[in-house]
Amino acid sequence: MESTYYNPADLKKFGNITELQPEMGRKFFDYYNEVFKEGALTEREKALIALAVSHAVQCPYCIDAYTSGCLEKGADENQMMEAVHVAAAIKGGAALVHGVQMMNKIKELSM
Amino acid sequence: MAFATKSLKAQHHQFANPAFQLDVLQQPLHGEPFPLFSERLQQHGLFPLRPVGTTILQVNVGKMCNQTCRHCHVDAGPDRKEIMTRDTLQLCLDVLAQAPQLTTVDITGGAPEMNPDFRWFVEELSKLNRQVIVRCNLTIILANKKYHDLPLFFKENWVQVVSSLPYFQASRTDAQRGEGVFEKSIKALQLLNEVGYGKEGSGLKLDLVYNPSGAFLPASQKSLEAEFKRRLRSGYSIEFNNLFCITNLPVSRYLDYLVESGNYESYMEKLISAFNPAAAANVMCRNTISVGWDGYLYDCDFNQMLELGVEPGAPQHIRDFNLAQLDARNIVLNQHCYGCTAGAGSSCGGETAG
Repeated sequence: MESTYYNPADLKKFGNITELQPEMGRKFFDYYNEVFKEGALTEREKALIALAVSHAVQCPYCIDAYTSGCLEKGADENQMMEAVHVAAAIKGGAALVHGVQMMNKIKELSM
Repeated sequence: MAFATKSLKAQHHQFANPAFQLDVLQQPLHGEPFPLFSERLQQHGLFPLRPVGTTILQVNVGKMCNQTCRHCHVDAGPDRKEIMTRDTLQLCLDVLAQAPQLTTVDITGGAPEMNPDFRWFVEELSKLNRQVIVRCNLTIILANKKYHDLPLFFKENWVQVVSSLPYFQASRTDAQRGEGVFEKSIKALQLLNEVGYGKEGSGLKLDLVYNPSGAFLPASQKSLEAEFKRRLRSGYSIEFNNLFCITNLPVSRYLDYLVESGNYESYMEKLISAFNPAAAANVMCRNTISVGWDGYLYDCDFNQMLELGVEPGAPQHIRDFNLAQLDARNIVLNQHCYGCTAGAGSSCGGETAG
């Protein structure tokens, strides 16, 4: 067992997940590659969304991959940081909106 | 990292030595050696790599430059004194006069305009009725009063201007090319536009070159071109024709940057895993001969900087130029060649796999 849970070198081994379940793995990567092709959204816009989601799910592999991806697709630093703020706003908002639930409960339990 | 204003050569840096660079390319500093480029070509039936008919003479008229860009594979700069003489330029003209197959002359440097015989050479070339490309770094136009009329000079000689602009914002451009370069480049582009360059219907071509400001690969040419056009038009009223996306090759200052920043191995892995046989089939060395400042012949400008001359047995110097013999040579390969075959491919004219 390695001494840390995350190893940067593991990112390039992502494709190896097909070794234990080839068909599902292949289907996943086909789908993944299709998703990131230019469509109604440009590849750059998709890379920025992926970067924001990477922060929301706090995946260091994804942050590494989509920081490079955004630079490669020509996104600038302001766009990238704004994308991270979008993730932070949603994460923060998602916590805070539950404050309404808390307030409802306070009301329910209080005289 | 501080921006060096001296060339690696003037610093007596180990990466100024082509033999040292080739050692690093052959044997990474950490980990296993990379698969050989020649073997990769062999797997795709492309080895030995042969010319498909040379049509471009790329002439490096000297290493002197007013800039010292961090990625420069030439290690050019103000302290470089290697300049092609008029005699050698004349030999190039003689070759062109005898070889109508060479339809394009691609003039590069350094800043080619700093060669004292640059204007004479371009004027002589225009008499030969060839397509003339000048790789202009833009800031040279503003560097000294004697260069201010370059846009008009280019126009009078129907020169195709190809200029580096690594990004449409100052931060990344200046990080690669030097403090204040973006602002001067924008001004120079506006001056080129003023005389008609890049304007629809003018016939005066102004192409830009994008290369990444860091250890990453370029995006697709089509999508970046659209973004560059939008940003340069809306921000600075600048028009241009095409954007060429060029991958940085691990040679000279860029190789030094990769090693210094700890990105060398991962960058090479990126290049290798992005190997594209379609790009490999269209690499520029198959239709180009590169001439060094001293007249020696190379398969490309990168081989020139690594002092990898054309294969022994083929004519070695412009004075011995023989197109039939050169078209029969095997192209000299090394590990840096992965840079031209990654993704959509890379050449002095941008993508190659399209």
